Amino acid sequence: MTGNGTDDASGITDPAPGPVRLRAPRHRLDRRARRLWWTRSGLVLIAAVVALGVPAVLSGPAGPWLLLGLGVVAVCGVPVAVALPLWWYHVHRWEITDDAVYTRTGLLWQEWRVAPMSRIQTVDTERGPLERVFGLVTVTVTTASAKGPLTIPGLDHRLAADVAERLTRTTQATPGDAT
Amino acid sequence: MSGAGPDRPHDARDGDAAPAPSGQDDGSGRDGWRRLDRRTIVVTALRLAGLAVVAGIPAGAGLAGTVGSGWAVAAVVGGAALLIAAGTGAEYVRWRRTRYRVLPERFELRRGILVRTRRSLNRDRIRSVDITAPPLLRLFSLTQVRIGTAERTGSGESALALLPITRADAEELRTTLLHRPAGDRAAAGTGAPAGTEPPQGTPRTDGTAGADRVDSTDGTDGGAVPGAADPGVLATFRPSWVRFAPVSVLTPALGAAAFGAVLQVAEWLGLQDGVVSWALDRLRALPLPTAVLFVVLTGLAAGVVGSIAVFVEWWWRFRLEREPTGTLRVRRGLLTTRSVSLEERRLRGVELLEPLGNRMLGAARVDAVATGLSEQPAKNERTEHKTLLPPAPRWDADRVAAAVLREPVSPTESVGLRRHPRAARGRRIRWALSVVAVPVSAAVVLGLTVWTPALVVAALLAAVGVPVAVALAFEAYANLGHGLTGGYLVARNGSVLRRTVALQRRGVIGWTARQSFFQRRRGLITLTATTAAGSQGYSVYDVGTNEGLRFAEAAVPDLFGPFLEPVGGTEPPGGTPRTAGAPPATRKDVERHTDGD
Repeated sequence: MTGNGTDDASGITDPAPGPVRLRAPRHRLDRRARRLWWTRSGLVLIAAVVALGVPAVLSGPAGPWLLLGLGVVAVCGVPVAVALPLWWYHVHRWEITDDAVYTRTGLLWQEWRVAPMSRIQTVDTERGPLERVFGLVTVTVTTASAKGPLTIPGLDHRLAADVAERLTRTTQATPGDAT
Repeated sequence: MSGAGPDRPHDARDGDAAPAPSGQDDGSGRDGWRRLDRRTIVVTALRLAGLAVVAGIPAGAGLAGTVGSGWAVAAVVGGAALLIAAGTGAEYVRWRRTRYRVLPERFELRRGILVRTRRSLNRDRIRSVDITAPPLLRLFSLTQVRIGTAERTGSGESALALLPITRADAEELRTTLLHRPAGDRAAAGTGAPAGTEPPQGTPRTDGTAGADRVDSTDGTDGGAVPGAADPGVLATFRPSWVRFAPVSVLTPALGAAAFGAVLQVAEWLGLQDGVVSWALDRLRALPLPTAVLFVVLTGLAAGVVGSIAVFVEWWWRFRLEREPTGTLRVRRGLLTTRSVSLEERRLRGVELLEPLGNRMLGAARVDAVATGLSEQPAKNERTEHKTLLPPAPRWDADRVAAAVLREPVSPTESVGLRRHPRAARGRRIRWALSVVAVPVSAAVVLGLTVWTPALVVAALLAAVGVPVAVALAFEAYANLGHGLTGGYLVARNGSVLRRTVALQRRGVIGWTARQSFFQRRRGLITLTATTAAGSQGYSVYDVGTNEGLRFAEAAVPDLFGPFLEPVGGTEPPGGTPRTAGAPPATRKDVERHTDGD
């Protein structure tokens, strides 16, 4: 059981003897991410309203029912579309230390992911059309595991470029075959 | 057909041997290019002839009714001849235009009739050379060879196939391609003698290839050689393992399929109504319970026979061996023989699989957890690649797991698995009950509104479903466990299929922690160790938050560790009070402190 050399010496870095939990990563996303998400959910809402509203106006008999659906969408959808981005912004966090990348995502199902520098394979930055409007970038860090990618959505594009460059530099300097 | 045997195209190899310094010439013809075996043309002709017979007889019988038997025979024979000629011609062209060669650094394959393709593989990236021999090819000592690589190509195809080459050539190719310089393997800790080996064509390669060739050309296929004393052989097939075949899900499925097959054949012969009414008449003569019992027993008997047949065809002459080149090799098969190889340096652990039936008989299957080739599209191909031991007695499975991992004792055996908090059991019971609740409540609604007898159905469903579901939930909870032993992280879960994975801690490349709203309330968390091997991630489900995080950190230090913080106040129920004043928590600590109930 002993003789691994890894456990007894290093153990847990946090010497707290009591119960522990995962702390939140240090950094929030860019504030503009909220606007991006609001815009996105707004577009979805508009699409739903158009899809229900146009036939409601055009068709006679089913009209009231479609209007009812429209009302439900508006009453439920608008608060959700407004509140979810705020909540996401509150929950989504990221942090890059000298040794690892650490993210937290999710609302009802919270998820913490960590990938050590030595295991990082690629750092991808991605900008969709909407993200471009807001000057935001999604950074995806992949490891050799298909289940291990870390996504940081909504970073400022300059910051994202810095992060990507820094990660690439660090991972190149860190020994290891990444598997 | 046997006349094709002696004059193989490969005798050219001995003829114009290129001045290769190694003494072993890898190629024949210009620049070492080699062809597939010429007899593939004969095999294709035979296969098409068989197809022509199977398809031609019913077609001929049908035609005879309308155009007269003479014309029918002429048409069928003519059509068959055309089919065979065209297919054989195409196969000839394919054979002419397919060549491969082994270079010191690369393996190259040229093929294609209209579109010529040339694939060149870096030999360092070759991960496996798998050999399959279906019955027809075995008659000619031919095999299909698939070369698996870690390289991802544009077409997403990661394997090259040589269809077919002779068994001896396949063995030789396999040895050559999987053999690597010793320095490469040193990291994997294999016992291969270091140094002194030129990259290829070493005397040892020759020796191995030669031995294999003798072994395989005398028709034994190597599988039946009584070499169990050979230190390289880790496991061989035991006929007694057949007893584990019937207790699988395959048995009822095959039993049901047998009834379908009988009806299908009867339909082809136009006897379906006759068979069905005959069977119903027989059954009507019996009292209902006896009739039902009779049908079930007949189906089960057919299923048992079928599952044993499948097991025997799949695993007959099974043999797991470790080769000096740092490769694990599985050979098996009754009619179709297969040889699957796995580089030891790709191995990141093993997984013990115990389906309910096997578990009751104390049996387990062993799968490899290995990197590479994991993104193969065909799922069954993956299963085929990773199974190291068919269902065998648990002690045998543990022994093989230990041998494969080069450990004195299998980590799945030496580990003291720690139980998970009771709250995890509650979750499982609630899940199980909600699964039962869906059909039951549907039946109740149906019974109250439309069709009253549905209430009886609902009662029956509940009476049967609730105990089964609760039993499975208890089983699922009892099977939850996690632990560390030596260099391995061991995690177990599952009720109908219990999986115990032993993953090398150095193979863990990250952690994912997931916590739903309900888990958070009960202080539970699901931890997934991500890895490049096997299913890419192995989870410890519903472990206490504090204990789980400490376990993750003890298993692979400095991943979650820097991000842990002490919790103010007390852990939610399910968490474990720890002895105060302990030194910085170590793995032993985590393993030994008792679980709170």
